[in-house]
Amino acid sequence: MTGVRVLVGTRKGAFVLTSDGARTDWEVSGPHFGGWEVYHVAASPVTPDRLYAAPSTAWFGQLIQRSDDGGKSWEPVGKEFAYDGDPGTHQYYDGTQVPWVFKRVWHLEPSLFDADVVYAGIEDAGLFRTADGGASWHELPGLREHGTGPSWGPGAGGLCLHTIMQHPDDAQRLFIAISAAGAFRTEDSGKSWTAINRGLVSDGIPDPDAEVGHCVHRLAMHPSRPDTLFMQKHWDVMRSDDAGDNWREISGNLPTDFGFPIAVHAHEPDTIYVVPITSDSEHYPPEGRLRVYRSRSGGDEWEPLTAGLPQENCYLNVLRDAMAVDSLDDCGIYFGTTGGQVYCSPDGGDTWSPIVSHLPSVLSVEVQTL
Amino acid sequence: MSVRVKLPTHLRKLAGVEGEVRLDLAEEVTTDAVLAALEARYPVLRGTIRDATTGRRRAYVRYFACEEDLSHDPPGKPLPKPVADGSEPFLVVGSMAGG
Repeated sequence: MTGVRVLVGTRKGAFVLTSDGARTDWEVSGPHFGGWEVYHVAASPVTPDRLYAAPSTAWFGQLIQRSDDGGKSWEPVGKEFAYDGDPGTHQYYDGTQVPWVFKRVWHLEPSLFDADVVYAGIEDAGLFRTADGGASWHELPGLREHGTGPSWGPGAGGLCLHTIMQHPDDAQRLFIAISAAGAFRTEDSGKSWTAINRGLVSDGIPDPDAEVGHCVHRLAMHPSRPDTLFMQKHWDVMRSDDAGDNWREISGNLPTDFGFPIAVHAHEPDTIYVVPITSDSEHYPPEGRLRVYRSRSGGDEWEPLTAGLPQENCYLNVLRDAMAVDSLDDCGIYFGTTGGQVYCSPDGGDTWSPIVSHLPSVLSVEVQTL
Repeated sequence: MSVRVKLPTHLRKLAGVEGEVRLDLAEEVTTDAVLAALEARYPVLRGTIRDATTGRRRAYVRYFACEEDLSHDPPGKPLPKPVADGSEPFLVVGSMAGG
């Protein structure tokens, strides 16, 4: 492992940032798909030069682009995401039922086991899979047909399936999350699903035992401990040690527990990172000071990380898919902002510096260790 | 009949074309026929102008020709004669909406 490649999706294209292990000098390529909103770019862990990107625009719809040379060149592949059968309806903001309609791809999750297999999370919430490198996509309808489906309602960003995690030793076991339905787990490759939201408490849901309706913003897992899950919820940072069957709050001394991303250190499964945001209507850091918070104890006790981050007049946001880690010996932490910066910390969060400062608003960040 | 089609920048780049596209149509020149010929030559454009399943024009796409907005005409209606004979282009336009 001698270097890193950072895959950045923005409101106006994708960028690929590369560096050696020192992570001080960077090459920037892009914009790829200039003018298209790129919600996510992801790489196959099996074949690292195989990349998948999900550009879309309101004008011309959804594309899926694939690269087999690490992002130097791209080819459009299949982009039809047709629900399986008649998808019926789900709940809208006003409580009425509206038809399930494909809007865009939010997240691509290449399989840990096969470079041609990729999972796609879409809005309106559905999980799709390709087994031919993106040529064709097929819904795994068991999720949408979970008995609670008609009661799922959109969060402010839409009814989006934004998180997909595959168990590192069991290809059939997946975890996904939907705003604002909650988290779900399958153990049979998506045929059947269990809602895993016990212990989540959300203002505005009168039933404290509600099975669904929770606005989960992001899940994270360390591959060495796949039954321990971390969650940044709309409000509250949560932890489960039984694969999501039960959750407990670990917000501890955070200045606010609202936020979007959450990430786990590559070598320390109890070291986790969040970016606290002022509130659900004030999507910027408290006091205008951009602080990543790190817990080395798996939650509850948090320390602010500020070295190199703006500590005044900073009013940007870090979106749910815009934080990632590398797996070099000194674990690097990365995040992108709605202000167009991508920050890197080559020392686990102790110090930060911007890789780039003036990109379009950043939607997603993924990191490959090469 | 050789029909000229002007695409918006995003779709020209996506299809890998420069300038206008020329399409030879054996059938009556309608919006549907032009788009079908366009998608047949450039499959990557399928779904970008009209829905791949329903054939409905995407909400932020417009069709212009001969200084007229043809977006709301039935897609099976014959296009103006200057489009059919190639003296005027058929314009696919991304509507002005947002940034």
